[in-house]
Amino acid sequence: MNFTEVVAASLKSIVSNRLRSFLTILGIVIGVTSVILLTSLVSGLKSYITDQIQGLGSNLMFVIPGRVGGSRSPGGIQANRLVMQDAINLTNKLKGSADVSAVVQKTATLKYSAKNDKGAAVFGVQANYPKLISIKIISGRFFNESEAQGGKRVAIIGATVKSNLFAGGSPLGKSVDVAGVKYSVIGEVGPRGSTFGVDMDNTILIPLPAATRQFGLDRLNTIYISAFKAEGVKDIQNRATALLGKRLSEDDFSILTQEQTLQTISQITSVLTIALGGIAAISLIVGGIGIMNIMLVSVTERTREIGLRKALGAKQRDIRNQFLIEALTLSGLGGIIGIVLGIVLSLVIGRFFTTAITWWSIALSFGFSMLVGVIFGVAPAIRAAKLDPIQALRYE
Amino acid sequence: MKNSIIKLSHVSKIYQSENISFQALKDINLQINKGEFVAIIGASGSGKSTLMNILGLLDKPTSGSYELDGLSVARLGQDTLANIRNKKIGFVFQNFNLLPRTSAVENVSLPLIYAGISKKDRDIKAKGALEQVGLGEKVGSHPNQLSGGQQQRVAIARALVNNPEVILADEPTGNLDSKSGTEIVRIFQRLNSKGHTIIIITHEPEIATHAKRIIKLKDGEIVK
Ligand SMILES: Nc1ncnc2c1ncn2[C@@H]1O[C@H](COP(=O)(O)OP(=O)(O)O)[C@@H](O)[C@H]1O
Ligand SMILES: [Mg+2]
Repeated sequence: MNFTEVVAASLKSIVSNRLRSFLTILGIVIGVTSVILLTSLVSGLKSYITDQIQGLGSNLMFVIPGRVGGSRSPGGIQANRLVMQDAINLTNKLKGSADVSAVVQKTATLKYSAKNDKGAAVFGVQANYPKLISIKIISGRFFNESEAQGGKRVAIIGATVKSNLFAGGSPLGKSVDVAGVKYSVIGEVGPRGSTFGVDMDNTILIPLPAATRQFGLDRLNTIYISAFKAEGVKDIQNRATALLGKRLSEDDFSILTQEQTLQTISQITSVLTIALGGIAAISLIVGGIGIMNIMLVSVTERTREIGLRKALGAKQRDIRNQFLIEALTLSGLGGIIGIVLGIVLSLVIGRFFTTAITWWSIALSFGFSMLVGVIFGVAPAIRAAKLDPIQALRYE
Repeated sequence: MKNSIIKLSHVSKIYQSENISFQALKDINLQINKGEFVAIIGASGSGKSTLMNILGLLDKPTSGSYELDGLSVARLGQDTLANIRNKKIGFVFQNFNLLPRTSAVENVSLPLIYAGISKKDRDIKAKGALEQVGLGEKVGSHPNQLSGGQQQRVAIARALVNNPEVILADEPTGNLDSKSGTEIVRIFQRLNSKGHTIIIITHEPEIATHAKRIIKLKDGEIVK
């Protein structure tokens, strides 16, 4: 009997024992489905973040408080020591080769007439912010340097803030209450969507001096540095590091270039993928034990059949191959069902989150489930092959 | 002696289990020639099946020698024995031993699978064998759709499909009514007339009368 005939015979016996076969391969199905689904979620997350960062332009760097990456990580939460003077020093030092823009951040409740917008992100930014970060002003305008320095209370709002407070009407010229202080709306930013349930449009941009005064913020959340030339990024990172290093220790700040940020994200998602893959692999192994169990039962149930086949001329390898191929057919079937389920589920979930089905996860999980089939199918198959024909024929 | 297909010399079989040993066959000397129709009779427990298993290469004697078609089989390995069984011996069992949920033609095809014959040729040969036992109409039937006599005829078709020298039947009529039993014996007689060597085990003297030669076993020894 050649390979395809044995597979066809195995499929026939699998179909005639539908429920039992299904329970047998359930572990494999779950394992393969979860490998494909989880890796598609992680890759989706990675490609989303990567797009977001690349959308910022490769000339952009972030100065953030605390130490990120590297072999040494600080114990506990570090106090933020980045202040406005650091941003001013950077601005002066890098004049002619890069733009510098500082940001403070706060969460607050916004109000307009009877309407509320809880948990909005308030960004205190400098007038040159739109030059560094590409935001789309869809109506009105951004504030200018003299408004900022004059402590003017003006605001540019995001799409969610607009719909929560102004219900579709024009917000321009209206006065919005930010944690108890009134700001006049002068512009609107176009919608940016949401990432993993975080609404990127529930934001309001106000001048940094006004934000600092109102909220008593003297520490900066981010300083953006945008190099004029892409080739200058590394050099500017070095100069900025040297300058900040005069006042701050190296644990107090990090300067991330886009390249480094992408690398860090890549590292995080690799660790995530491996961890999730490990969990899924365990369920595949459990699935393999299920297959071994059912194959051993099957060998016992079919002892007479094995004896008969041997009496009629089956060699040890014929019997061994028959049971091995049956185990492989079971695990392969589980793998295929798992692949279909994994793809369908990630397409469904893809309507809410970014998912990216990866071919390597399909190949890997299918390969692994076949491997599990071989490993856990060998013992029952060898047991079947070794049965003594007379003992087997006499078995009741 | 060139006509000899089976030759047993001083064969004995001792079953050894833990601390009990039991001698089931004692110094058996037996020669069967090509084309013979032999009945082996004897009371239950007299060693008939033990002898049959040795003749069919399913078991080995404890001592003594066995030549099948001129070949001494004592030192042959499992897979070689399987191959010889496949080519030279057809088995018919008391309880038919058909695969359930498997059609008659597929049951009959089993020995041909292990002879490495293609699916197409297997089907042709298996249908031919079923026709020989009068079951040309039942090729697609499953065992549970057939009477006992018909199931045993399927088993005989399976035994003869690979055209073996010897057909060994261990109480083939034991589970059948006398009418079906007689039919089965007729089939064996017809196969014998076509040149197959038939060895049939039975404890029914009536069945044995159809054989050309009767060998009687008693307590593991040939008495006649
Ligand atoms: N595997 C075995 N182990 C121990 N004793 C056995 C075994 N097989 C058969 N016997 C014994 O050998 C004797 C002959 O058995 P058997 O050849 O089956 O007799 P028959 O077929 O003539 O009824 C019986 O007493 C039986 O109990
Ligand atoms: Mg018996």
